[in-house]
Amino acid sequence: MLSYLAKRLLLMIPLLVGITIITFGVIHLAPGEPVEMQVAMNPKVSAEARERLRKFYELDKPLHVQYGKWVSRLVRLDFGRSFAPDGRPVITKIRERLPVTISLNLIVLILEFALAIPIGVMAATHRDGPLDRWTTVFVFLGFATPLFWLSLILMYLFGVKLGWLPISGLHSLGYEVHGLWWQVGDLTKHLVIPISVATFGSLAGLSRYMRTGMIEVLGQDYIMTARAKGLPERVVIYRHALRNALLPAITILGLSVPGLIGGSVIFESIFAIPGMGKLFMDGVMARDYPLVMGVLVIGAVLTLLGNLLADLAYAVADPRIRHGRERAL
Amino acid sequence: MNRCRLVCLVSLLFSLVACHEEKQASSSPRPPGKASYGDAIVVGSIGEPSTLLPLLASDSASRDVAGEIYNGLVRYDKNLKLEGDLAERWEISRDGLTITFHLRKGVKWHDGQPFTSRDVLYTYRITIDPKTPTAYAEDFKQVKRAEAPDPFTFRVTYAKPFAPALESWGVAILPAHLLEGKDITKSELARQPVGTGPYRIKEWVAGQKLVLESNHDYYEGRPYIDRYVYRIIPDTATMYMELKAGGLDMMGLTPVQYQRQTTTNEFLSRFNKYRYPASAYTYLGYNLRHPLFSDRRVRQALTSAINKDEIVQGVQLGMGQVAHGPYKPGTWPYNPKVKDFPYDPARARVLLAEAGWRERNGDGILVKDGKPFSFTILTNQGNDQRLKCALIIQQRLKKVGIEVKIRTIEWASFLKNFIDKGDFQAVLLGWTIGQDPDLYDVWHSSKTGPKELNFVGYKNAEMDRLIERGRGTFDQEERRRCYFRIQEILAEDQPYTFLYVPDALPVVSARFRGIEPAPAGIMHNFIRWYVPKNEQVY
Repeated sequence: MLSYLAKRLLLMIPLLVGITIITFGVIHLAPGEPVEMQVAMNPKVSAEARERLRKFYELDKPLHVQYGKWVSRLVRLDFGRSFAPDGRPVITKIRERLPVTISLNLIVLILEFALAIPIGVMAATHRDGPLDRWTTVFVFLGFATPLFWLSLILMYLFGVKLGWLPISGLHSLGYEVHGLWWQVGDLTKHLVIPISVATFGSLAGLSRYMRTGMIEVLGQDYIMTARAKGLPERVVIYRHALRNALLPAITILGLSVPGLIGGSVIFESIFAIPGMGKLFMDGVMARDYPLVMGVLVIGAVLTLLGNLLADLAYAVADPRIRHGRERAL
Repeated sequence: MNRCRLVCLVSLLFSLVACHEEKQASSSPRPPGKASYGDAIVVGSIGEPSTLLPLLASDSASRDVAGEIYNGLVRYDKNLKLEGDLAERWEISRDGLTITFHLRKGVKWHDGQPFTSRDVLYTYRITIDPKTPTAYAEDFKQVKRAEAPDPFTFRVTYAKPFAPALESWGVAILPAHLLEGKDITKSELARQPVGTGPYRIKEWVAGQKLVLESNHDYYEGRPYIDRYVYRIIPDTATMYMELKAGGLDMMGLTPVQYQRQTTTNEFLSRFNKYRYPASAYTYLGYNLRHPLFSDRRVRQALTSAINKDEIVQGVQLGMGQVAHGPYKPGTWPYNPKVKDFPYDPARARVLLAEAGWRERNGDGILVKDGKPFSFTILTNQGNDQRLKCALIIQQRLKKVGIEVKIRTIEWASFLKNFIDKGDFQAVLLGWTIGQDPDLYDVWHSSKTGPKELNFVGYKNAEMDRLIERGRGTFDQEERRRCYFRIQEILAEDQPYTFLYVPDALPVVSARFRGIEPAPAGIMHNFIRWYVPKNEQVY
């Protein structure tokens, strides 16, 4: 098992190098340079000033030299400085945004699993009944509704018309002067709409997987055996069937790990939440190469780790896979 | 000014109507109350400032915030005339080569250090230093010699008289005692600026807000409003809802919001709306190197075929005015006598026929040398107003037998693949109107190279001479004569069809008093805005 782990981890290195080369190349293929995006169509900027800026960002060097410099910094875990006029270290910019995005995504992920699993199970056990049909309609409504539109409607209803909830941001102005509990309440109020909307939109995938998995498991012979033994239906479903039906959920959980650091631009823009999505998008629009590469590398590492984690969790949960692999090794 | 008066009159009428119906809230202006210190103003911005060292910044959010923190030597007053700021007064030598600034005494940096000519000299030197990654060195490069003979005198000498020079000293003066000998690109002052301005930085929460607090030692007196909160809200729909819910005190409205969504008495009792021409214009620019547009009569015909009033109505809901040239109506270089080609499709057809374009094959499209008159208008993606403009133009030109296609392209690719290569037929874009009327970069024939701003390729020897004469003298009458003539030339040549100057439509919470709309907008006397004690909310 350990040698398997080591092998997987070592394999990640060439994979990561490949990913960085491709992404580095692709970003530089996009038309426009950071300098252009900053100074285009500005009469005050002379050609000399452009060259000065290009030199400052080392854009006048050939691409492979730029890549080499970037990699040599990266191996020392230095993501470089942003090409935005503030020129702050990329890692600082990411660190500012990461906690908000991760916390929000974690809450949504937990809510998603807490709601989608029971919904899927219920839909499967009440297959083709009204409960199944209504939950199907509900989760697909969430899937199909443009979330920015739903967000705006809810903001208007609860924020402007009823005045119950704040509209955007994370804190009220002057929240610093209040006590801890007031601040927690304030934050909660700010998050009610964004988290509800995000969770609503995420239910469809997982609950459908759960429903299908559960229906399949319920058709298995050992379930019939369990029922024949005279076990109560509750025990049959939650102890015998659910465990096996949860396998796809583990895969999804593993694949969700890289998603934790990604944010939705539209979502963050609408709610004025300073998260990773907006940071990344602004970076792309401004051709802020170091920032974009920084976010992408972290995302790539997390994706690879997430996949590994899912595989491992799978092996732990499913003896068939575990034994199969040991034989192969 | 007339327009402001009209708005006042209209709101007065509204209030009279409201008085008759007792149930409705009155929208009459609130009594001025007593000027008092305190309260905060919360302003929304779609972008976050990048750095508060203005020398390095290129975005408008940075400029807005830095404007409250720093001062220049000179600034534009409410009537857009240059006046002294950190310089009490200045003298220009008779040959126009030397400007001597006499600096204000007793001005202090936010950290208590005195402001002197050393700071001005430092700002000049760091700007022209080739190692400084600034986009704004050009104006200062014209300086031949800069010297600070004593702590309160600063003198610059130019190689030749350069009228925009005076304006260029309006840049934010940086504190030499904190920056000298340090790497400006890594300075803490980018996040924790120290200026001489009416507000100082209190807090910057990345991605969320900046809080400025008033500088009690400001040389023009302590501002009435204690805090200036700059909230970052990237979405304009959200911003508008925050405004309605009371979370914002000021924002710019769109024409639809101004005309249709903010007309209830409830809204008008809580907010004051303002309206004045913005410093920008939208235009349709023709690639003069392209054979389609090399004939002046064709360009004149295109302008005659376009109904600009209709565009102002359709795109701006009337919130703007027709443009005939590159200046803002009502400012000193604007020539009110110049009118280009009014909407007249019959005349357009005549002009096109003179240029050899005739209808031949019965499909309604004009033909010359076997080629149909068909071209593409390019505009940048994400600007709905420009797209609407292009659509209206498309309809109008079709009526005189010209086929127009419209393409929207992402900004970076728009610049790189089309503008820089000169690979376009017509573009629909906008310019901001600078306060100094110099047009060198956009209209001089030496600026037609790649990545330069005369990308339509306009070359006119008389125009070149007038531009050079205009920037080569400080005599405003002489300059005015140059710019008046330039507008006549542009109106005749039509390298662009100048479309419209939009209105700025700011809205401010009614609790703020002391706002004086002027040609410069409403922010010019911001430090004199106040909220009466009984209405303060923060």
